[in-house]
Amino acid sequence: MADITAQLVEQVNTARTEGKSLNIVGRGSKAFYGRHADGRHARGEAIAVAAHQGIVSYQPQELVLTARAGTSLAEINAVLQEQGQMLSFEPPGFGADASIGGTLACNQSGPSRPWRGSVRDMVLGLRLINGNGEQLRFGGQVMKNVAGYDVSRLQAGAMGCLGIITEVSIKVMPRPAASLSLVSECDSAQRGIEIINRLSCRSLPLTGACWLQGKLYLRFAGAAAAVESAATGICRDYPGTSSLPADNRFWSQLREQQLEFFSGDSPLWRFSVGSSLSHLLPGADWLIDWGGAQRWLRSADHSLQSLNELVPAGRGEVCGFRHGDRSGEVFPPMAAPLQALHQRLKAAFDPARLFNPGRMYAWL
Amino acid sequence: MHTDGSSSTTSPTGAPGRAELAAIFSEFIDPAFVIADPETQRPYECDGLSMYCQQPLLVVLPETAAQVQRVLHICHQRHIPVVARGAGTGLSAGAMPHPDGVLLSLARLNRILEIDPEARTARLQPGVRNLSISEAAAPFGLYYAPDPSSQIACTIAGNVAENSGGVHCLKYGLTVHNVLGVELLTVAGESIRLGGEALDSAGFDLLALVNGSEGLLGVVTEITVKLLPAPAQARLVMAAFDTVQAAGNAVGAVIAQGIIPAGLEMMDRHAIVAAEAFCQAGYPTDANALLLCELDGSAEEVAEYALLVEQIFQQQGATSVRVSRDEAERALLWKGRKSAFPAVGRISPDYYCMDGTIPRGQLAYVLEEMEKMSQSYGLRVANVFHAGDGNLHPLILFDASVPGEFTRTEQFGAEILALCVKVGGCITGEHGVGVEKIRQMAVQFSDLELAQFHAIKAAFDPAGTLNPGKGVPLLKHCQEYRALGHGTEPNDRPTGNSAVRHR
Ligand SMILES: Cc1cc2nc3c(=O)[nH]c(=O)nc-3n(C[C@H](O)[C@H](O)[C@H](O)COP(=O)(O)OP(=O)(O)OC[C@H]3O[C@@H](n4cnc5c(N)ncnc54)[C@H](O)[C@@H]3O)c2cc1C
Repeated sequence: MADITAQLVEQVNTARTEGKSLNIVGRGSKAFYGRHADGRHARGEAIAVAAHQGIVSYQPQELVLTARAGTSLAEINAVLQEQGQMLSFEPPGFGADASIGGTLACNQSGPSRPWRGSVRDMVLGLRLINGNGEQLRFGGQVMKNVAGYDVSRLQAGAMGCLGIITEVSIKVMPRPAASLSLVSECDSAQRGIEIINRLSCRSLPLTGACWLQGKLYLRFAGAAAAVESAATGICRDYPGTSSLPADNRFWSQLREQQLEFFSGDSPLWRFSVGSSLSHLLPGADWLIDWGGAQRWLRSADHSLQSLNELVPAGRGEVCGFRHGDRSGEVFPPMAAPLQALHQRLKAAFDPARLFNPGRMYAWL
Repeated sequence: MHTDGSSSTTSPTGAPGRAELAAIFSEFIDPAFVIADPETQRPYECDGLSMYCQQPLLVVLPETAAQVQRVLHICHQRHIPVVARGAGTGLSAGAMPHPDGVLLSLARLNRILEIDPEARTARLQPGVRNLSISEAAAPFGLYYAPDPSSQIACTIAGNVAENSGGVHCLKYGLTVHNVLGVELLTVAGESIRLGGEALDSAGFDLLALVNGSEGLLGVVTEITVKLLPAPAQARLVMAAFDTVQAAGNAVGAVIAQGIIPAGLEMMDRHAIVAAEAFCQAGYPTDANALLLCELDGSAEEVAEYALLVEQIFQQQGATSVRVSRDEAERALLWKGRKSAFPAVGRISPDYYCMDGTIPRGQLAYVLEEMEKMSQSYGLRVANVFHAGDGNLHPLILFDASVPGEFTRTEQFGAEILALCVKVGGCITGEHGVGVEKIRQMAVQFSDLELAQFHAIKAAFDPAGTLNPGKGVPLLKHCQEYRALGHGTEPNDRPTGNSAVRHR
């Protein structure tokens, strides 16, 4: 438990005076993510938030937990577990035990995301140090708050480019009473996508739907009777379906990217698309998660541009999530007016361009 | 107020006069929808908060996004303020016109462009009414979750601008959780697409920023929303309590049991009596607090949880519990709650609806304090409460024809909002700041935070011509407001001053 806000502010002010940039580091679990050092980035100094940690308040009955940004997910999960609660968006720890601040900054959510929301959906408020070294507080600890612009959600996926998140208030949820996973033979990815979308149209307690190597994995969670009846229905409608053992590690390995699919260092591409989009590049090495809305591709044969051209306009986009060349752009290109707006917004928070320059886009 | 009704000379700022501008717009918009005369403008001079009235320079109702874009171009070149308007049901004067500006109504862009049942999305023009989305989706077994009580009238773009909630947002989220993408026209008329069909996209989450931005950052011309499968079943458990405290505890007990109901609403004695008189829902009029708890999902889940909730309410000392047996009964029980505002409107010449959010645990204390204020101001107050998520709607009853009574009402309201902030809550949960709560922003935010809001606004609208004077106060006005004794700058408040410390 330590509050190092004052020290962080001083580092920001010093960097500004000395004309240096700052690379914000939480617990380092997502160092692979985003672009890797261009010239300016390399000259930046690391500013470490990990020591700024501790749960500041937790009120189970209010469904709210507030923690300093460097607090590890493991600590938060343990405290929630004691009260029968959880982070409903199942954030990945990526081995190195991610921090809550970095989880928000990179907008990382696990397999339950389409049904239970993302970290962006659950954040209620935060404290932030902007590029002027000012300590600001937005949102709050209540479920609904529309006073002022939603600066808290704006940090989701901003990768620290708008400031240093120092504290996060987040909505937590009760753990489901029961949970059950099924696995079904399903040769074709396209058929897997169709089945998942069809199931998503029904009122079922789905909390996970993934296709991988000829198998369709489904997870249900909620009231015991509801889980039971959903599973029975699926087994009846899709012969060849069986349940996974209760202690199966499929979903946690999927979340942590520890499945065999994720091993090796061939480029890992992330497709964030409309869930019903037809299967692309049949025959390539795919994992389909989030009921079709998040698809992973392993391929050294494609470029960011060629993959983005595969996705019809308005239906989604592709980023280079891990491995591959990270000196060029890894996130999809933006239309000129949107890019200009990003630059103006960056300047509104961080006029001296101190924070993580070039980490998201070379021009940001 | 602007009175230069017929002049076509240019004003000192170089902006064209009313007639000239009307003529320019009439070149590409049906002249019947370019409104310059004060009489025809009358319905547009306020939103749902009719205490704040203002006639604009002009009202225009374009029919296409291309026309909207041209209106914005023209106004941008001439530095003319623009205020977007949906259905005008807003409750914070967010859509109140600017005296020298154009009121841009999106009401005629009201087509549902596409329902994609497989992807479970709907693509909508801005003026589509909230309820009509669920109506159009119903044949596919789908619906749009956020359901403000104004849903028969309010528009989807208005919902986006206010980040509106409804009685079902405890489980299904607010507008921001259910919008996948928007087409936004900047103040200069540039078109920007944010989000789309996917669950997230790279870059800053501008979609989150636009939700709840009260028409200050851009004009939304198309919206893609998520549709959800209609739950197989829904059942409402209604319970009466002798004290608000007991009802508040019962809410906590339901949550502690690990149940997230689809909706969890509370009404106090005054609201119960008014609603019952209005629509005979069968509410127990001798109760001091009433809880409405809706459970939805599969038949098994609903049966299991309805029984559990009924038991919890009984353990918590409910004086009566009733579980809806069929859809008709469920609809009737909701009707009382959903018509609480008009119902209160019938027991008083006027009412003023407040919208603070508080940590649920503070409910009994806040209601008690409010009762004291009610006595000292000599004004009655009825309360409806989105109890599940702590969003309080105190309805202050007053008579606008009594001199000074509205001013007292406003002071009472301001004091309630300050109380909400004091217990760890905020000044608005879903109705927005608009003009109405602009002064109270100084109670919730420090000058540095407000300056950051202004910087965000300037990134979108450097000249500040989109919905000017709303949402974020000028800093010098904040200092004046605080100097009048409305608190100090909330700079170094401890985190969660009301919160239970961990360990
Ligand atoms: C009886 C009653 C009950 C209500 N119940 C609820 C409730 O349960 N929950 C809730 O959240 N609210 C409720 N409201 C408030 C109101 O209905 C909502 O705020 C609603 O979203 C406003 O929609 P509208 O179309 O009427 O918008 P308007 O009032 O016309 O405008 C609201 C704001 O949106 C902006 N705007 C409108 N269109 C656009 C656009 N295309 N682009 C950019 N900005 C735009 C306007 O400038 C303005 O700032 C209630 C109101 C009434 C009168």
